[in-house]
Amino acid sequence: MAECHPVAFQWVVEAKARGATVIHVDPRFTRTSALADLHVPTRAGGDIVFLGALINHVLSGGHEFTEYVRAYTNAADILPAEFTDAEDGGGLFSGYDPDTRTYDNSSWQPTGERDETLQHPRCVFQVLKRHFSRYTPDLVEQVCGIGPAEFGRVADAVVAASGREKTTAWVYAVGWTQHSTGVQHIRTASILQMLLGNMGRPGGGILALRGHANIQGATDVPTLFHLLGGYLPMPGPGEDMATYLARIPDGGFWGNKRKYLVSMLKAWFGDAATADNDFCFGYLPRISGDHGTYRTTLDMIDGKVKGFFLLGENPAVGSAGGRLQRLALANLDWLVVKDLTMIESASFWQDSPEVAGGELVTERIGTEVFLLPAAAHVEKDGSFTNTQRLLQWHAKALDPPGDARSDLAFMYDLGNRIRARLAGSDDPADRPVLDLTWDYPEEPGGDPSAEAVLAELNGYAADGSPLASSAQLADDGSTRCGSWIHAGCFAGGVNQTARRTPWQEQDHVALEWGWAWPANRRILYNRASADPDGRPWSEAKAYVWWDEQAREWTGLDVPDFEKAKPPDYLPPPGATGPAALSGRDPFIMQADGKAAIFVARGLQDGPLPAHFEAAESPLRNRVYRQDASPVSIQYAGRRQTRDQVAGHDATYPFVVTTYRLTEHHTAGGMSRTLSRLAELQPELFCEVSPELAAERGLENGGWATIITARAAIEARVLVTRRLRPVRIPGEGVIHQVGLPYHFGSEGLVTGDSVNDLLPLVLDPNVFIQESKVATCDIRPGRRPTGAARMQLVNSYRHRAGLADEEPQPGS
Amino acid sequence: MPQLPGWIANWPAYRQLTGRDRLGRGEAVRSPHTEAAAPRTQAADRVVSSICPYCAVGCGQRVYVASAGGRDAVTQIEGDPDSPVSRGRLCPKGAASKQLVTQPGRLTKVAYRRPYGTAWEQLSLDQAMDMIADRVIATRRDTWQEHHGGQRVARTLGIASLGGATLDNEENYLIKKLWTALGAIQIENQARI
Amino acid sequence: MTSDSMPVADGARNSLYGPLADVAADAGYPGSHPERVGFFTDTSVCIGCKACEVACKEWNGLPDPEAGALALTGMSYDNTGALGSNSWRHVAFIEQTVPSRADPGEPELISAVADGGATRWLMASDVCKHCTHAACLDVCPTGALVRTEFGTVIVQPDVCNGCAYCVSACPFGVIDRRDDDGRAWKCTMCYDRLRGGLEPACAKACPTDSIQFGPLAELREIASVRLADVQASGHPEARLYGADPDDGIGGAGAFFLLLDAPEVYGLPPDPVVTTKDLPAMWRWAGTAAAVLAAGVAVAFAGRRR
Repeated sequence: MAECHPVAFQWVVEAKARGATVIHVDPRFTRTSALADLHVPTRAGGDIVFLGALINHVLSGGHEFTEYVRAYTNAADILPAEFTDAEDGGGLFSGYDPDTRTYDNSSWQPTGERDETLQHPRCVFQVLKRHFSRYTPDLVEQVCGIGPAEFGRVADAVVAASGREKTTAWVYAVGWTQHSTGVQHIRTASILQMLLGNMGRPGGGILALRGHANIQGATDVPTLFHLLGGYLPMPGPGEDMATYLARIPDGGFWGNKRKYLVSMLKAWFGDAATADNDFCFGYLPRISGDHGTYRTTLDMIDGKVKGFFLLGENPAVGSAGGRLQRLALANLDWLVVKDLTMIESASFWQDSPEVAGGELVTERIGTEVFLLPAAAHVEKDGSFTNTQRLLQWHAKALDPPGDARSDLAFMYDLGNRIRARLAGSDDPADRPVLDLTWDYPEEPGGDPSAEAVLAELNGYAADGSPLASSAQLADDGSTRCGSWIHAGCFAGGVNQTARRTPWQEQDHVALEWGWAWPANRRILYNRASADPDGRPWSEAKAYVWWDEQAREWTGLDVPDFEKAKPPDYLPPPGATGPAALSGRDPFIMQADGKAAIFVARGLQDGPLPAHFEAAESPLRNRVYRQDASPVSIQYAGRRQTRDQVAGHDATYPFVVTTYRLTEHHTAGGMSRTLSRLAELQPELFCEVSPELAAERGLENGGWATIITARAAIEARVLVTRRLRPVRIPGEGVIHQVGLPYHFGSEGLVTGDSVNDLLPLVLDPNVFIQESKVATCDIRPGRRPTGAARMQLVNSYRHRAGLADEEPQPGS
Repeated sequence: MPQLPGWIANWPAYRQLTGRDRLGRGEAVRSPHTEAAAPRTQAADRVVSSICPYCAVGCGQRVYVASAGGRDAVTQIEGDPDSPVSRGRLCPKGAASKQLVTQPGRLTKVAYRRPYGTAWEQLSLDQAMDMIADRVIATRRDTWQEHHGGQRVARTLGIASLGGATLDNEENYLIKKLWTALGAIQIENQARI
Repeated sequence: MTSDSMPVADGARNSLYGPLADVAADAGYPGSHPERVGFFTDTSVCIGCKACEVACKEWNGLPDPEAGALALTGMSYDNTGALGSNSWRHVAFIEQTVPSRADPGEPELISAVADGGATRWLMASDVCKHCTHAACLDVCPTGALVRTEFGTVIVQPDVCNGCAYCVSACPFGVIDRRDDDGRAWKCTMCYDRLRGGLEPACAKACPTDSIQFGPLAELREIASVRLADVQASGHPEARLYGADPDDGIGGAGAFFLLLDAPEVYGLPPDPVVTTKDLPAMWRWAGTAAAVLAAGVAVAFAGRRR
């Protein structure tokens, strides 16, 4: 956190000064560790065992927050007899099909019965207890290399800082997500937090620290293939509106799903959207499975994708499998890149490693490239959504230089030109474009008004006034709303995201600074900060509570509950949607209003977390017979990307893990180009322990070559005790090599791209790649250049029994 | 006291001998540069509220703009002390964000690489936009998929887009809206990575 | 004559060495001058982010290093190396192996792995000390170095002729000549910002408030309270550096809370103003110095036109 989110870390420093205990669990000793009370070095990829052992510690010691667990979680749900836990299936849950590498979750569905005593052997609580019973401190040592004493200190600290009077927060970043089991890492932490009563309460929660200014907003709005605005799914093949809506769970506030969808369609297609045509639902294209960015990369190599837009993104450096990324770019018909500076994804045809190695020849690359200059944040109006869902407006301060302009202006202009060309078309496929509402007021100079776009996201009531809240939405086409979770951000016709009441002039929740979705709420599910009867769990942790006199929920934050629904409300028989939730059900987006310890629907890799080794790992799974994730995505195609993966092969004896540095930003396009930042970290380096340096003859300040089954790169060497060999009883020592991934061939400082080393192995739920664990070899000296570089990679592949990398189209 | 010529009265040695600063280490030896010192932010023509463009913490920024000869220039970007998120503080990246705007490496013209070309060429923005619009329409037509596996999908898999995590909400919204209407579904951003 | 106008009459001791209550008055500023200000850099909360280095360079427009000169130093995460003419803040990174603590109940700032000791990573943002007795200022023959009304010490670039006497005089090795223009440069504590009522750029940016700016007297009080806290939380070896008016420089305007000995951070353990014995030297060299100063002053007046 101190490394990549230094300014947020001020709050950790302040909490520590006020008595908080700060624990940092990371393979490396970082700038965060330097200020932590305790740094716990661990083996990359062992997180589920570590967190699972904390769960076991809580359950076996009776440390759970019983009243919270009983009232607010699904611990009491009784599972069907057909359900088989991973404990009995060698790591596999019931419903697994090895041919398709997928689960059928029908045997995971709860029976509908509950045992409030939590004693039934098939209730979630007992199943959970058994599921994690072998996740002991000894197992933590065998998998993570963390000794029992250290583990005990963490366990004691977490338990001591949880309960009525105290809360514990878990903070993570891509160190948890970029794994083949990434979603289950977060799940394990969620279960721990539910058991300890740390969700929906101040100072609790699981806090994602995201790396880009608007990566949260880009998820919400969203630019993701599987979603429409506000987390509505994209429709599937052949679906009409009724089948689509029936597919979305309709419990809790998802009971309003038709209002959300219809209002979005009205915002997009205006008068063309009518009840008779299902509000143009048929205009939406249909997805069929995975259309994620890595699938798309392979489809480019296979010639299926012809045109590609890159808007402020640099996959040649920033995405896993850099060689495949560049081969994909080289096989397009046309590519549009819009950025502030020259980036590797625009210049790949000139200076990529594949050109240097002869695999690609500039004169034979047919990709037509348009490189358009972009506007910087101070050169345009707009809002960013920060990592805590807070929308904050940045106002335009001056015009962008030359031909540079915002992506808003670019998309608007492109839309206008396309619509002009298609005007008069009688092709039904062109109707969605022509019926699209695309008439934004223009600023002087012709750019569309960003505030007008924000107002469309916010939406309009039947009378044309801006919505104050999503509660006003209707499903009859009378309301328009681009994204229901954003309803209220333009309430009263005022840009709420631009509010800047100084923090000194309000309380610490600071509701008058910016605007957080939904409804300006700062902590989600905050009804859980009060007990079932609506009273704060303790004075110290009072946040939102039921005011019996006023007969409403009140507190420091906007209550995440129907304001007038009393704690003793019981749903009448047959109630649906929000009305079906009782006054004691805080988790209002869940059908049962309960936090899901056991997840019966929505996860591809099991209803409970289970530890699997990374696709590449020096260790075999010590917990289950099943070694690596049985459902991770390793694409089939012209060539299985699985063939890139070395498994446990000792040719690559060491772990390589990647990360960022304070001084640089992601793929480097916004930092390697700046002299002020470039000079602070001018070269790619690898971090190795003195023990590994001695074993491989590496010298501090010298060069090393790092080789995986995909690539060979070179880096300067930092020998440091901040990277410790992991000691595994019975296995000896496992060395980990640390590599920041910011470098490429453009900018003021250059270096090899670390992401070239990584395979395409993805989490099956979210299609995020496993960047945090792979295996490598490391040796002293610089890497070979030209064709010899790939020959080195192939010599290792031969030793590991892998075939040569195939020549690709375009070469 | 007779009026001395200005250069004598301002002469450091004279000031040193006649004033309180007999060692000549302070008041007596102040130079014109020192006397004129003032923060350049005072000379800004406007101060604009902004948000740091790097990570997702969302630190508040104030952007100082000065106009000279009809040209605006950012003269300083620093933390907004009013922000409850950041309380005026910035990390090295945030502290460098003026340079992000003013750096000499900024692209300001459209660059074009023709198929099989070996060098960048220049293109007007208008011409580039026309060419891009033409390619979108042609590729969309060529790759249109009305049905897939016997079911209606009404889409193109021939056009993809990646990017958005560094862009604004409003920009993401127009990207998703336009591409969805055009039937392109491979619309992604860094959140997948 | 009042003693106020006769700083040397009482003997040069307090103008050149030892405690001095009011450095600005000693430099001729009237009684209405602002309070002396300074930096308290609390290294126990430094995260080594280098925001101070960047904010300083951006505000002060310091020149970039030469193209192609950028290379990894191999010294932990420090690629700045030292304070210099173009780096007025410098974050040092010190990787240490320290004994693991025996008592598991005791808080610690270290990794708990027991074998071969634990890791500690010290970070500290160094800066010009703005000494109470600043040798750079005392040796400057041109009046380029000057004490400001805030009690800080700055180089006046329109006066400096690049003689570099100050460079060898500084007991900390802070002040440095620029290769291109030959003049001496160092931290001004953002003199221009102070004149506008703003805090220096580094202190404003510092994410964890490791760099605190304010009236020196207040900072010294804050620091003594903080030191007691840090010492009580498992760092008995923590100490203040440069906070003592009785030290060899009369106390620094920029002082530090360190978690280890000064040498560990590359700081001199017991700095003494190099002009401590200047009065004795003056008896021998006074005439020559006066002639030189007058000559430079004429040159200065000439440049004003």
